[in-house]
Amino acid sequence: MSILEIQHLTKNFFLHNANREVHSCKDVNFSLEEGEFLGIVGRSGAGKSTILKCIHRTYLPTEGEMLYHSTAFGKISLVSASEREILYLRRSEIGYVSQFLNIMPRTTAKEHVMNALTEIGCDKQRAEQQAKEMLSYFQLPENLWDLYPNTFSGGERLRLNLAHTMVKQPRLMLLDEPTASLDDKSKLLVRDMLIRLKNENTSIIGIFHDLNFMDGLCDRVYNISEGVMEG
Amino acid sequence: MPITEKPVLQVKHLTVRYGKGCPLCGEHLEKNRCTVCGTVWAANDISLEVYPGEVLGIVGESGSGKSTMMQSLYFDLQPTSGEAFLSDYHEGTKNIWDASAAEKRTIKNCIMGMVYQNPVMGLRMEYSAASNIAEKLIAAGNREAGAMTERAKELLSAVEILTSRMGEAPKHFSGGMQQRVQISKALANNPAILLLDEVTTGLDLSVQAKVLDLIRRIKAEYGISILLVSHDHAVIRMLADRTIVMLDGKIIESGLTDQILEDPQQAYTQQLVHSLL
Ligand SMILES: Nc1ncnc2c1ncn2[C@@H]1O[C@H](COP(=O)(O)OP(=O)(O)OP(=O)(O)O)[C@@H](O)[C@H]1O
Ligand SMILES: Nc1ncnc2c1ncn2[C@@H]1O[C@H](COP(=O)(O)OP(=O)(O)O)[C@@H](O)[C@H]1O
Ligand SMILES: [Mg+2]
Ligand SMILES: [Mg+2]
Ligand SMILES: [Zn+2]
Repeated sequence: MSILEIQHLTKNFFLHNANREVHSCKDVNFSLEEGEFLGIVGRSGAGKSTILKCIHRTYLPTEGEMLYHSTAFGKISLVSASEREILYLRRSEIGYVSQFLNIMPRTTAKEHVMNALTEIGCDKQRAEQQAKEMLSYFQLPENLWDLYPNTFSGGERLRLNLAHTMVKQPRLMLLDEPTASLDDKSKLLVRDMLIRLKNENTSIIGIFHDLNFMDGLCDRVYNISEGVMEG
Repeated sequence: MPITEKPVLQVKHLTVRYGKGCPLCGEHLEKNRCTVCGTVWAANDISLEVYPGEVLGIVGESGSGKSTMMQSLYFDLQPTSGEAFLSDYHEGTKNIWDASAAEKRTIKNCIMGMVYQNPVMGLRMEYSAASNIAEKLIAAGNREAGAMTERAKELLSAVEILTSRMGEAPKHFSGGMQQRVQISKALANNPAILLLDEVTTGLDLSVQAKVLDLIRRIKAEYGISILLVSHDHAVIRMLADRTIVMLDGKIIESGLTDQILEDPQQAYTQQLVHSLL
């Protein structure tokens, strides 16, 4: 069964001060099967991140349709879903990870992961338990758990980001170059984790700079200029 | 499972006008002022909804009507026209601006809490921090001194004011402490809605962080809905689920916070976002 269908997705930005339209992605079509790993490739500026941000509704699509098969709502259009519905989906079903970390002041790494759960009504004790499990799963060194993450390295931030998103067990994960700024060893670790997530039937769309990294990981690849290819 | 929750607060066509208005007002506005009759439209046909447990961010330049809206909701000023409904007041069937004076006091004491940009507006500076809170508790019908002291202690600890200082008057406190006492006072009777008007403005960064952390905890642990006015987009990004953009007394754009900040549609919002990033 497909979990997501993207049909004729187009995104343009109108920049008022320059009185100019920027064309980002154009007529994107693909579908994602449940448990599938789809890679997106294309040159820089081709619109890869734009596609993920449209799915996450950080960007409002200009044209096209995005149908998501939700546990809570059934088949729902991510284009016309209400803001409340999107917020619900972000909390409970769709995760988004980039190389950037959105942290709160005075919140330790462990609390950051716990907050993802307490926000959806989980009690503190259970949240702490699961946060610890996630942080170990993503191999964030234990001596960092009680520190504020603003001093963390790129790789540590990424692992924290993954833990923060994964602790809620989203069905659909959107990954925007999460391995940028990582050394080869950390990349392998992330690759390993992604394989584990995939084996747990998480559906994943990922953008990776490094084509070697995607080799053997992606079931299929969507090339922005050529469309879908087998992985 | 469609989302069926009802808004805790619904505002319809709120308008606050200073001046009589004239038939030409609509066509001759310069910013929020009519060039024909001089009337100022401080809030001009504002409608919005706030849902349980959400933080609604409110951004917009100085003079755009943010405080006017907050003060109307807290009955500090009587709007020219418009309606507002609270799910906790007659199940959202009666306009709060038509409530009797006694009912308005009840709403202010038990359903809403307000934190002003200027602590002088929200605190009695000469009375002790504990009395400031007790005043709220008494207004809600509490009479038992021991229980009130306990509650004051609990509230002040929650905002990290040492209980050993609860007998001191807020005029001796720092700006950040005054803001936190104001917040604890606003929380005294477990309101459904908290109105926060520029509560971190003018505080130094470490104190700001304390207040932000407090707001985040209120959101996560108490499930209170919050209207959050801020000029600081980092604050809005961190805390607000949805955000509305105000200009010249009107809401010109609204959306998910990250969408407003990363894909703003209106020329004004683009200018506002890009000037501050
Ligand atoms: N009593 C009054 N008489 C006349 N005009 C007023 C009065 N009070 C407010 N205004 C006007 O109403 C408009 C909105 O003011 P308001 O205080 O709501 O702005 P704000 O958005 O909170 O601005 P800031 O960001 O500076 O706090 C302004 O043009 C202001 O000058
Ligand atoms: N928020 C935005 N506002 C204006 N233009 C944008 C925005 N986001 C992306 N773009 C433009 O859309 C195009 C595709 O960008 P992006 O999706 O980030 O590319 P990629 O991820 O493939 O490198 C670029 O021309 C970029 O400048
Ligand atoms: Mg990109
Ligand atoms: Mg103001
Ligand atoms: Zn006029």
